[in-house]
Amino acid sequence: MNFGERTPAIYGWGSYIPIYRIKLDDIAKAWGEDPVVVKRGLEVEEISVKGPDEDQVTIAVNAAWNALKRAPEVSPKDIGAIYVGSESKPYAVKPTATIVAAAIGVLITIRAADYEFACKAGTEALISVMAQVASGMIKYGLAIGADTSQSWPGDVLEYTASAGGSAFIIGPKSSDSVAYFEAQYSVATDTPDFWRRDEIKYPRHMGRFTGEPAYFKHIISAAKELMEREGLKPSDFDYFIPHQPNGTFPVRVALRLGFKIEQVKPGLLSPLVGNFYSGSSLTGLSRVLDIAKPSQRILLVSYGSGAGADAFSIVTQEAIERKKGLAPTVDYYISRKKYVDYATYLRFWNKIYGM
Amino acid sequence: MRGEVAVIGVGMTKFGEHWDKQLRDLFVEAALEAIEDAQIDLKDIKAMFIGNMGSGLWIEQEHLGPLLADYLGIPGIPSLKIESACASSGMAFRLGVISVAAGLYDIVLVGGVEKTSDVTIGESTHHLASVADREWEALYGSTLPALFALIAKRHMKQYGTTREQLAKVAVKNHKHGYYNPKAQFQKPISIEEVLNSPLVADPLRLLDCSPISDGAAVVIIARSDIAKKFTDTPIYVLGSGVATDTIALHDRDDITTLKSVVLAAREAYKMAKIEPKDINVAEVHDCFTIAEILAYEDLGFAKKGEGGKLIDEGITELGGKIPVNTSGGLKARGHPVGATGIAQIVEIVLQLRNEAGKRQVSNAEIGLTQNMGGSGASCTVHVFGRKR
Amino acid sequence: MICVSIMSVPKAPRIWQLAERRYRLIGTQCLKCGRVFISPRKICPQCGSRELKDIELPKRGKIYSYTVVRNPPIEREKYGPYIIAIIELENGCKLTAEIVDCSLEEIDIGTEVEAVFRRIGEEDKSGVIYYGCKFRPVN
Repeated sequence: MNFGERTPAIYGWGSYIPIYRIKLDDIAKAWGEDPVVVKRGLEVEEISVKGPDEDQVTIAVNAAWNALKRAPEVSPKDIGAIYVGSESKPYAVKPTATIVAAAIGVLITIRAADYEFACKAGTEALISVMAQVASGMIKYGLAIGADTSQSWPGDVLEYTASAGGSAFIIGPKSSDSVAYFEAQYSVATDTPDFWRRDEIKYPRHMGRFTGEPAYFKHIISAAKELMEREGLKPSDFDYFIPHQPNGTFPVRVALRLGFKIEQVKPGLLSPLVGNFYSGSSLTGLSRVLDIAKPSQRILLVSYGSGAGADAFSIVTQEAIERKKGLAPTVDYYISRKKYVDYATYLRFWNKIYGM
Repeated sequence: MRGEVAVIGVGMTKFGEHWDKQLRDLFVEAALEAIEDAQIDLKDIKAMFIGNMGSGLWIEQEHLGPLLADYLGIPGIPSLKIESACASSGMAFRLGVISVAAGLYDIVLVGGVEKTSDVTIGESTHHLASVADREWEALYGSTLPALFALIAKRHMKQYGTTREQLAKVAVKNHKHGYYNPKAQFQKPISIEEVLNSPLVADPLRLLDCSPISDGAAVVIIARSDIAKKFTDTPIYVLGSGVATDTIALHDRDDITTLKSVVLAAREAYKMAKIEPKDINVAEVHDCFTIAEILAYEDLGFAKKGEGGKLIDEGITELGGKIPVNTSGGLKARGHPVGATGIAQIVEIVLQLRNEAGKRQVSNAEIGLTQNMGGSGASCTVHVFGRKR
Repeated sequence: MICVSIMSVPKAPRIWQLAERRYRLIGTQCLKCGRVFISPRKICPQCGSRELKDIELPKRGKIYSYTVVRNPPIEREKYGPYIIAIIELENGCKLTAEIVDCSLEEIDIGTEVEAVFRRIGEEDKSGVIYYGCKFRPVN
């Protein structure tokens, strides 16, 4: 893809995952289901739970602070746009982006907004920032995908909907950037696989319909579009990071596209922390950046119900080595955990209220 | 100002939960008792100073000055509400004394009143937190017990003060309160009961904390040269001191010393021309047990860090060298926030008049009251004497 | 909280006046005596100077004292017991904040902590949310 002189690149990346976890065993027990069957179907062991004083905004800010730690050469005053993608904003109207702006100390002259496209809202935010960098509209931009994913109590989604997010500082490719974007292609159709109505607290979905006509169709078509247009094959990539609604879909779609298990495993987090919705594939990317070497190629394909997919081809650079250690890694956040039971989970997630 | 003003009458309601009475009722009840005790007529009162912390918060009523003068049957006289958190009525007393000493009025009524039981505990906890720094302490979840717990933790770490020493303060005050018919709690408690009571803000437990209650206390003060017209035993105000400190605990250099107490006491002792060792009986501000330990140190009864020793050695118990809180203190007598300052003065006056019944300290000549607001952000100390 | 009394919590303008300072831990420093304060001040309470400037505070510090609040104010009922501490930041400035993401056994006076961005409270379920920094032990 020809970005002109200002190829968008990643300067800093950061993630945040709350400390609390709940085992799928405990959720299954609460609903009288067989944990063995449930876990075998989803290949997820436990998921992250937001604390009672956490929400999509706090996750976004903590991730942004970590991203800034990895981009010491970027001053918040040079950030010209902040976009945040989410489907669990605490305000339906009032952007998370401006709270993030105030929390990192930008100037008043910025562009800011929140994006929604189910689980690909975070990558939509990324695309906007990339475009503004490439066109010269901004020097640097901040893109965030973060969610405290909602799920109907008793619905199968409860087993995987979790909390977390990642942030990326984007600027023009240079010796300080850790990875540049080679290409970006998206697909979008009107597909009712998973949705949430305006006055309803929890999303609904159509079970098996969310597979073939939704997740697989869009990820595969976006990935194929990118690879065909750029003349790339699966073996040209070191990593493949698809959206991770559970532990099985990412592996299946990888194999169908011709990737190997070793390419998808490094970015696969859902078995241990679940599905962060808009933060899902972006946190997979964050984890890959934590461990990648320079001159490696990454294919990131997010998926959002409703439906669509965003595909990115990313190539790492030298600077990635010196920046990894500047902020806590995704593995650090995955490894620090405190278990809660189902009743506490309900209270923390505001699924039951006190007075 | 030493000796120029005397207390000629005292009165107070029982402290506790007065479900059936409103704030103005409590005040009038205490005021009438004090007026009767002083043997004056209502028309003799030339001004009123009322201490109250939170009438606006708890019962949505401000402007207590005129309200209470009105309901006492004397609308028209100068009457003012004074607020300094838990030190409200101690501060009101000081202002009343100054107004008489300045020659403005010859007889003045000073009272304190609070009604807190009309809301839930959670709401009371929220309102009480307004004595701290709302924006930088309370908003983040700190509460009044939490502030004293932070102080206690530090005091225990820096000086080795123990959990048992704190418990002994509560036990002593309940022992004293047993003999006070106006006390909220007239029941002895044991160290075990204190140590097993539920935690409120670690390490402070329920029985380390004074109860929040309802009540009113009133004194009548007069120029010393006319006092003997009304009573054979005027009790003279020998010293008065006031000081403040930073509102937030985190802005203080050392949270184990309450500078406001040190400075207020210094001023009061200087005016009274006495030293701490001259005090025979004292009412100190034991909003939490740790506060009494700090009071021993900051009033000069013990060296810094050695307050715990005093309680261990029984020095501040009835029968000891300097009995403290013979009324039961805030712990057993109760703590209707704005009323406490005057209630302390009522006790010292009774002690110096030899009218304290079973809790009488023998040969009490000089008494002290220490009334403190919030985490020690304000404090007023008064010294009283039988002789001028 | 759904049923908090209308008097209980700050409203939008008061939240907004200090929001950015809370988010970024911006305090004030006296240019004359060097003392640093968590809150915005026009006059130094230590030396009386009127020359103070805003300063972005370090996000790391140590626990100076702490306690567990088990009888919360009404706006925090149902939040569960929480740890409140006075924290001394690396530059000497002290502030009051909650300690999170740890159990009571993991902290003591002197434990090193770092700031995290959290929800402090909300007016009510339909009202403004106020955010700020809490602290967690560093390991």
